[in-house]
Amino acid sequence: MPHKTNAPAVEGLFTMDPREPRLLGTRCRACGTYFFPAEKTFCRNPGCDQADFEEVPLSRTGTVWSYTSASYKPPPPFVAKEPFEPFAIAAVELEKEGITILGQVADGIGVDALKTGMPMELVLRELYEDDEHVYFTWNWKPTDGGSNA
Amino acid sequence: MSKDVAVLGVGMHPWGKWGQNFVGYGVKAAQDALKDAGVEWKDIQLVAGGDTIRNGYPGYVAGATFAQALGWSGAKVSSSYGACATGAQAISVARANILAGLCDVALVIGADAAPKGFFAPTGGRRPEDPDWLRFHIQGITNPTYFGLYARRRMDIYGATQQDFAAVKVKNSKHGLHNPNARYRKDVALEDVMSSVLVADPLHLLDICATSDGAAALVLSSMDFARKHTTDPVKISAVSTVTPVYPNSVIEMPNLATDSKAGVGLPEIGFKESIAHRAYQEAGLGPEDMSLAEVYDLSTALELDWYEQIGLCPPGDAEKLLRDGETTIGGRVPVNPSGGLGCFGEAVPAQAIAQVCELTWQLRGQADGRQVEGARAGITVNQGLFGHGSSVICTV
Repeated sequence: MPHKTNAPAVEGLFTMDPREPRLLGTRCRACGTYFFPAEKTFCRNPGCDQADFEEVPLSRTGTVWSYTSASYKPPPPFVAKEPFEPFAIAAVELEKEGITILGQVADGIGVDALKTGMPMELVLRELYEDDEHVYFTWNWKPTDGGSNA
Repeated sequence: MSKDVAVLGVGMHPWGKWGQNFVGYGVKAAQDALKDAGVEWKDIQLVAGGDTIRNGYPGYVAGATFAQALGWSGAKVSSSYGACATGAQAISVARANILAGLCDVALVIGADAAPKGFFAPTGGRRPEDPDWLRFHIQGITNPTYFGLYARRRMDIYGATQQDFAAVKVKNSKHGLHNPNARYRKDVALEDVMSSVLVADPLHLLDICATSDGAAALVLSSMDFARKHTTDPVKISAVSTVTPVYPNSVIEMPNLATDSKAGVGLPEIGFKESIAHRAYQEAGLGPEDMSLAEVYDLSTALELDWYEQIGLCPPGDAEKLLRDGETTIGGRVPVNPSGGLGCFGEAVPAQAIAQVCELTWQLRGQADGRQVEGARAGITVNQGLFGHGSSVICTV
């Protein structure tokens, strides 16, 4: 069986560093505003008419704004594992960037282990695979590993 | 210049899963609205359709689709889309034409035939479409957002799952005798609590279904209305605002908020700004409202709206509900129609249906669910991708 290559499920959203992955955003050089997913064509700050962006890796850690779960299999274009396993989802605030970003919660950690304000870090997780690739996405994970909720 | 237009007629096709084409529902609602108004179809000068994106090309040009079905008459046409706020877009087009003196009488129609289960994006691989991206890369559905807002109410304000369930219990009582409601059944707290968990902390009965349905309005200038009736219900405000940058609350269908690192937050948030603009336009405030029809996509979202339309300060919504203030007979009944909890969502018809309910209430014709002595009411709703929707009606 041929060896499969790891790849992001969608290009350009995050680095594939297995230990310290980062989400990839942009920052407007004129007004300092951050964007995720990356904005490269126009600055959405109404007080800024520049279009000069630098690509920036976003903070790897943040705090929970809120959280929920997906108890039912989401429809396509989500590619669900069979049998479907429910997962938790967290909205995590990155302090420096002033952005809240959604992501599934890693390792089957459920909502019972989550709380508004708790610290989270970014990790990568396998999403689905085909004959040649294993595709990854980002997840949030409690920085204490979810054991101390 | 008065900014009022008259609601001469209202009509609806009952909500449900009828298995028919959306056009037929729209025609039925339109015919009922015309009859209610005492206006002939051939006298309508503008047809403003609310589009549906789940019924092929005829849905994208809904105004013309309905005009053709009713019989080409040469009327002017418009078709607009604003997701859940689509109906407000169509109302706004008709009202602006009337207030500008470009027409005297207009017909507003929205209708949908909805698929079963989760709403999902249209096909194809489109990584630059946030709606596609959130489903594909994180499996985030609409109830995900409802769950996030609900859980935050619990963690910040101490709300409970029983509070959310109590919204459903209230609304199911309100809708019990509404002939256009899909679900007309008493629901007990235990029914909600024992239904399956969909998006923690929300159960299946906390979340609105997707429905078929249609609603229509005949709107006219006040001069035109006076020739047909003595004391018409008036639309005194239509708010279709967008957010002010940066919007720091996570919103459907986005994976991330705007950044508040570079620019300060606006004075009020997007959801608060929707009703705020309507109050400003009408020269009225929350204390003037006899009732409200709010967009309860989930039970917990109804509680958010209490605060966002100014019925109580942030964190007090659960108390307002528990005290019975938002039940028919209370200070300011919310969703006397039964709300989405009793209807399910028929996207382009919903904001129009909210105005139908205000009209029946303000006329004193809301049999079995009448808010006594109603003089003014507000609707509020929000469409994804930044569409505000709020209408104030008065008599």
